[in-house]
Amino acid sequence: MNFLKRTIPLVIAFVMGVLMTMQYYVPSRYSQNLLEVVTRWDRIIAGFAVFIGAYSLFHLHWTRIKRRVEGWGYSVFVYFGAIITLVFGCLNGGKFFWNDKQDGTMFDWLYFYVQVPAGATIFSILAFFIASAAYRTFRARTRESTVLLVAAVLVMLGRVPIGNYISHYIPAIADWIMAVPNLAAKRGILLGVSLGAVATSLKIIIGIERSYLGGGD
Amino acid sequence: MAVEKYLRIDRRIIFAIITVAVIASLIVKFELPIPASEPVQGIYEKIDSLPQGSCVMISFDYDPSSKEELQPMAIAFLHHCFSRGLKVIGMTHYTGAPGLADLAMNSVAKQYQKNYGEDYVFLGYKPGGASLIINMGENLYTAFPKDFYGKDTATLPALQGVDSLRQISYLFDLAAGTTIETWLVYGKEKYKFEMGAGCTAVMGPDMYPFLQSKQLNGLLGGLKGAAEYEALVNKKANAVSGMRPQSVVHVIIIIFVIFGNVVFFISKRSGVRNA
Repeated sequence: MNFLKRTIPLVIAFVMGVLMTMQYYVPSRYSQNLLEVVTRWDRIIAGFAVFIGAYSLFHLHWTRIKRRVEGWGYSVFVYFGAIITLVFGCLNGGKFFWNDKQDGTMFDWLYFYVQVPAGATIFSILAFFIASAAYRTFRARTRESTVLLVAAVLVMLGRVPIGNYISHYIPAIADWIMAVPNLAAKRGILLGVSLGAVATSLKIIIGIERSYLGGGD
Repeated sequence: MAVEKYLRIDRRIIFAIITVAVIASLIVKFELPIPASEPVQGIYEKIDSLPQGSCVMISFDYDPSSKEELQPMAIAFLHHCFSRGLKVIGMTHYTGAPGLADLAMNSVAKQYQKNYGEDYVFLGYKPGGASLIINMGENLYTAFPKDFYGKDTATLPALQGVDSLRQISYLFDLAAGTTIETWLVYGKEKYKFEMGAGCTAVMGPDMYPFLQSKQLNGLLGGLKGAAEYEALVNKKANAVSGMRPQSVVHVIIIIFVIFGNVVFFISKRSGVRNA
């Protein structure tokens, strides 16, 4: 069992890792064909991940309903929404799902008049919470927080046309904050994350990092 | 200690003030200057420089929750492409995007009497992210054998001469997530095409390293980026009118922050004096 559970996955990870790393530097037809086949398989596996995601979602909400945990009524709506969408999606305006997508179906109606406004509403609520949170938490308690506060005020003004209306220096200062101190910090983070990703990939390929096999080895 | 009560102001009062400010600024119309910033100008100039018939790809990588910022960008960009006589290929990495992308492409194309399949194509959604991009870079027809409507992509006139990402003149990614980085790493750097992006305002700061390294030739950041593009293409719509409530709300938040800090310092000073 250990051979099937550990050795074979480690060998696959090593062989595929080395092969795909070398592939990047070999500009031949065989190399390109290999890349095309591997990425196609990867997309097929990604498609199956949708089923795992759906199963996980339904399982979680079924447990909540069964145990009558607080707010279980919302879980009923998850089933309600999913089943209705699935049924109308499969009906495809009376032409059924094995035919080309039809226009103006009930599925489209659900998308444009339920999902789109619901999504926009959730996004819009953000402005209210930001206003409340900014009032309560944005305090110049220390020198560092004062710098942060001043920068935030300048960027907030510089990122809307009224900033330009007050003074054309405000957008210029906001742009400088974004293009110099912000850029420096972001690039540092980006380099750190990228080097970390390279190191983790190497550890997986050569079999040092094995947590993906499960069991915390 | 009377001032301290203002530090614990009921948040419903803040919500009410924001609501009134948003509604009032939507009703009362006033003009605000919307000059184009350098990153927005970069995308506009690139599209303007492309010869008629060039192929532009738009990746609609957002869903309804980011629609308010990204859909106006998509519409303004499509206006520019169709008015310049460019061919447009749309696709998405998001399951929630096809409806919005289809709506944007068809509504703008109609205004310029553009025909589906000849002047523009919508490939729809496919899973895979980075793998899909690599697949498109190797062979567009195997990555998308059929378009959003189930038509064979190999037979569509708009895709003639476009076998892979190597043949596209420009890629514009409208992103609500990490797709810009994915397009840069697995698409632009490998298959060598020019790229610009539009993203939500919160993502904007993350994109500056790519602008400075010229991996992105331009960026539309948030609703303001969309408004600047609308003004550039002279199609002022939702983004430009959205600048009024956004400006007013930003000013109110700043007033709240200043007021909160003044109260904080007064209460701190009176606390020290009493001690």
